[in-house]
Amino acid sequence: MVDSARERVLWGIGILVVLFYALIPVLWIASLSIKPVDKLTDRKFFSGEISFDNYDSIFGDDTFTAALVNSIGIALIATLISIALAAMAAYALSRLDFAGKAVILSGALAVAMFPPISIVGSLFDMWRSIGLYDTWAGLIIPYMTFTLPLAIYTLSAFFREIPWELEQAAQVDGATPFQAFRKVIVPLAAPGVFTASILVFIFAWNDFIFANTLTSTDNARTVPAALAFFTGGSQFEQPIGAISAAAVVVTVPIIVMVLIFQRRIVAGLTAGAVKG
Amino acid sequence: MAKITFDGVTKRYPDGYEAVKDMDLEIQDGEFMILVGPSGCGKSTALRMVAGLEDISEGELTIGDEVVNQKAPRDRDIAMVFQNYALYPHMTVRDNMGFALKLHGVDKGEIDERVEEAAKILDLTEHLDRKPANLSGGQRQRVAMGRAIVRDPSAYLMDEPLSNLDAKLRVQMRTEVSRIQSRTDTTTIYVTHDQTEAMTLGDRVAVMRAGVLQQVDTPMELYNRPKNLFVAGFIGSPAMNFMPATVEGDTVKLPMVDVRLPDELRQRLAQDGGSRELIAGIRPENFEDAALLGDEARSRGATFKAKIDLTESMGSEIYAHFSVTSDKSIESDELRELAEDSGAGEVPGGGQEGDIVARLAAESQVRRNDEAELFIDASHIQLFDPEDGSSLTAG
Repeated sequence: MVDSARERVLWGIGILVVLFYALIPVLWIASLSIKPVDKLTDRKFFSGEISFDNYDSIFGDDTFTAALVNSIGIALIATLISIALAAMAAYALSRLDFAGKAVILSGALAVAMFPPISIVGSLFDMWRSIGLYDTWAGLIIPYMTFTLPLAIYTLSAFFREIPWELEQAAQVDGATPFQAFRKVIVPLAAPGVFTASILVFIFAWNDFIFANTLTSTDNARTVPAALAFFTGGSQFEQPIGAISAAAVVVTVPIIVMVLIFQRRIVAGLTAGAVKG
Repeated sequence: MAKITFDGVTKRYPDGYEAVKDMDLEIQDGEFMILVGPSGCGKSTALRMVAGLEDISEGELTIGDEVVNQKAPRDRDIAMVFQNYALYPHMTVRDNMGFALKLHGVDKGEIDERVEEAAKILDLTEHLDRKPANLSGGQRQRVAMGRAIVRDPSAYLMDEPLSNLDAKLRVQMRTEVSRIQSRTDTTTIYVTHDQTEAMTLGDRVAVMRAGVLQQVDTPMELYNRPKNLFVAGFIGSPAMNFMPATVEGDTVKLPMVDVRLPDELRQRLAQDGGSRELIAGIRPENFEDAALLGDEARSRGATFKAKIDLTESMGSEIYAHFSVTSDKSIESDELRELAEDSGAGEVPGGGQEGDIVARLAAESQVRRNDEAELFIDASHIQLFDPEDGSSLTAG
């Protein structure tokens, strides 16, 4: 293919526009987070002075560190349970033919489409009466509700791609169905598992509605909810710097996760299984 | 080491379709049994029932002394080679071959030893640490074989293991399979649709059609004494030529010539002297260029003139095609199925022309558009009942 110069310029412009649109808010927050308090409103991207005061203050704040621990713990547990259950469900859905399969799939889709805000009120009441309010489990359960359908759909698409013969070969080789699943199918569906994990993790990590409604203390409050409770140093001071610093801190794990896993989210892992 | 027995085995799908119908077959310990037939004849289903990958609807399947109907594949001690190899792509060749042993809890040292040994037999030693994706088709096929032989199972099941290889490699691997089987002396069931593989590999060959076993015999018996039209048309390449014929007394009237039947054939027919409509089958090699034959040879059959439509020279032999027309029309389900599957088995009839293939010696001077004189060897004519397709000459 021969790219004309004009084509390349147009592509370049397009890419710049997209990058600009996507990255400017992030850079803005990053720049706010390293500004000294008195320069916050200087209307400059980079004020010439770098200060890590904001970072010091949020990490010195028990509310934030507790929230960070909650966020990491809740998101990880929700991801693990969700993926484990979804993997088994997706496997069954992609391999077996049973009555009600279509109902399960459309039901899962319906749950995923349900607006979270509509169940928050009733969950609040329910959780308080059964003692799940302001606990990790109280957040993990609704997160799983919304991430399971997503994970099931993603994973069953990947499972369907895996030749059935591989599993039969494993069975003939002496594997129990569970061994075949664990040693052959899951490793092959690894790109799918990672993709689904990231999606689930991001959902749980970014959630604000449930985190804000179903928690009240440092017990289970996650970072997005905790950010809303930041206050400035005095009544007249906006906590903008601290919020920006916290926003940067919560973005980092997501970026790290995506960077780690993107290497594994490569298609073609099954190449060579069958005649190529 | 085990004997495998099918006793009235039937596979019926939930929609009522019967893939395998009441199959009785006994495979001796150490025997190399080929299941052959056109696609959809139930041969793979039969194999998969032995493997335990398909449920058995009716009948009993025995491996060794045990009825295995209800046993899971892992408890049957069999190894299977799949058509598309089904290698585990995330494992190295070594792990692929050692997987079954590992699952059976064999200790690491012994696994390594057995894998190395199998790799040596299959010439895979230098590829042991590569992944299947980096191997050629032939190497993958050998890994699939290796996965089976490492285990030293009581039986090998092979489901068209060579069909994904190119022609040259297929011939090479065919020899390899045969060598491995005779070396390990393990009971083997080998499914194929390729009649050449069936003829060259097996101790015995079971021909299947539409879920029904047609004939089980040694390759030579199948070739020389097919029990019905289907087997006759399926075994042999190029396929047997079929044509309508009438038997009157000791003469069989073929579309091109009347041939006097040898005594032996006539006795088998138990002909009462009346006239009878039949289907005659003549293999291409039972024709010859009459010009190459002496009088004595000619006396064993009949000669006729035919206009040659086409010749195909194979170097060692020449295939001459010519047409015959017949007013008689004979229908047979088996032939129709054969024709659909392979193009073989068309019976000229109803005034239509049919293509006949004759295999002539390489020295033959017959050329396209010649009016050639050809010879038919009467002693090899096969005659079939047009009603049920059974052979009247197989005895």
